[in-house]
Amino acid sequence: MTSINQNEPFDSLPDFRSLGVAVRILLLSNIAGLACAVIQSRSLVQIPAQFADVAVILEPALLASLASLYAISHWLRRMPYVYGIAAVMLLELLLTSLVMLGALRLGTEFAPLSLGRAWILCLLLVGLILGYFFWRYRAYSPALADARLQALQARIRPHFLFNSINAVLSVIRSEPGRAEAALEDMAELFRALMQDNRRLTTLGNELALCRQYLNLEQLRLGERLKVEWDVARMPGDALVPLLLLQPLLENAIYHGIEPDAMSGTVQIRIDVDAGQVKVLLANPYHPEYEHRAGNRMALANIRERLSLHFDVEASLVTEVVGDRFEIRLVLPYRREE
Amino acid sequence: MSEPLRIVLVDDEAPARTRLKELIDDCAPLVPAVVVGEAANGHEALALLASPSFVTDLVLVDIRMPQMSGVEFARHALGLPRPPAIIFVTAYDEYAIQAFELRAIDYLLKPVRQARLLAALERVRGLGTSATAPSREALQEVSREPRRHLSVPERGRITLVPVADILYLKAELKYVTIRTAEREYLLEESLTHLEEEYAEAFVRIHRNCLVAKARIRGFEKALEDDGEQGWAVVLEACAEKLPVSRRQWSLVKELAKG
Repeated sequence: MTSINQNEPFDSLPDFRSLGVAVRILLLSNIAGLACAVIQSRSLVQIPAQFADVAVILEPALLASLASLYAISHWLRRMPYVYGIAAVMLLELLLTSLVMLGALRLGTEFAPLSLGRAWILCLLLVGLILGYFFWRYRAYSPALADARLQALQARIRPHFLFNSINAVLSVIRSEPGRAEAALEDMAELFRALMQDNRRLTTLGNELALCRQYLNLEQLRLGERLKVEWDVARMPGDALVPLLLLQPLLENAIYHGIEPDAMSGTVQIRIDVDAGQVKVLLANPYHPEYEHRAGNRMALANIRERLSLHFDVEASLVTEVVGDRFEIRLVLPYRREE
Repeated sequence: MSEPLRIVLVDDEAPARTRLKELIDDCAPLVPAVVVGEAANGHEALALLASPSFVTDLVLVDIRMPQMSGVEFARHALGLPRPPAIIFVTAYDEYAIQAFELRAIDYLLKPVRQARLLAALERVRGLGTSATAPSREALQEVSREPRRHLSVPERGRITLVPVADILYLKAELKYVTIRTAEREYLLEESLTHLEEEYAEAFVRIHRNCLVAKARIRGFEKALEDDGEQGWAVVLEACAEKLPVSRRQWSLVKELAKG
């Protein structure tokens, strides 16, 4: 099983290579820096100047920390948690000392505090940040994720299940071969639906599942469903959450194809660009059927899973362009190591 | 041997119709029945039912279909000179099933079981078409959304007037006049029921008149019957100006602001 963020035990160091972790460290440290500046200032107008004083030490130390943590992240994560914390603390003390010494060489006005105070502040900040990540992972601990998983899995549309069984029954006598193929597709699909959907799968596998799903819908809807694939440049080995695209396709058919007596086209385009996998999914838009429930729930569900897996590096946006409803998905291109 | 039951199948999914046809054939030795027509949506089905010399005893209709729901189709079909019995078919619709149970409207669940279909066909045959057709009132109660069309019987046929085309509805004696940009139609329904059904899209401006909110262009000062100063509604694509009664003005005024 591929390791993913929220599956990690909470008593381990965060993945310092992840953009989300870096952004959070930057934000927390600067907030702490600002707090120091506010405390030291006697009036509001002094705050920017005080913050600048703090920043002279804080920012170089911060950037050096992020770079070194990125470099030794793998090594740190293999240590027991307590040793990891100690290693990070020592590293930070060392970096703080180096920055402080550098500042003192430039002149005392660049070092607004003594080395001892700098060490204390440094340790407090590291403790604060590691504590934050500890609580954050605890909030996403497996027990909670399991509870969520249960809720997510209850969302197989019963309408789809019964209509598909009905469609298979309708071809059993006239085209037994097609009925067989349809039942096989259905078995695969339900196997995926019942799996632990916190798992990551490859984009190639997810797409195969989508094709099986669309085969079933094609059996039911016939000519009314047209699918346009543009996946020649798709990175088949990219890791994506299981059932990332299938629910979106199900939505596209439920909201875009079924309400239309004529035929409609579902468009799927996947390519890779600058280390990012980009997915475009478009279907006809019928505003008069917007009240049909379930759309927002499926989108919220996928957004949540994307953020659990990829944090701020993934995004999902929806947009109505003319008479088409478009979903744009961006996620980092990660491969099995 | 009596005449076989003449059945029409209405479902937007072709395989679903195929399946029902197979099952009806299977039932035929016990309950003589024959499929005399198929339609993929409510419009097609109504056109088929209304065509002269076409006779049907029973319609099996899917509830969820594009453009016109099965329930709306049934409401229009009841306006035909010889309305058929109607049995709804649905894959999954908790709300509808509950509503049907309450009002003894017959329905089948997809995938349809042969035994269940057989029982339904026997019931129609035993009781006759008119006894098994759902009542208009019951159908109105199970409708979850307003009809998209009003059906007007004209010379034995059914004309569907899209609700979106209607400018206003006016009660006159026992009829309601439907006014669109092109022409007028006469409808045999109560204005009060229409007002309830279309509370969102229409506003009552007078004891006898509902106006499509989207078609209101403005308001003009006008003299009322008693010579007092009042207001009239100016509509898009319509030269007529409709008087607003004093009782309704306070309500209509809100629309004028918004």
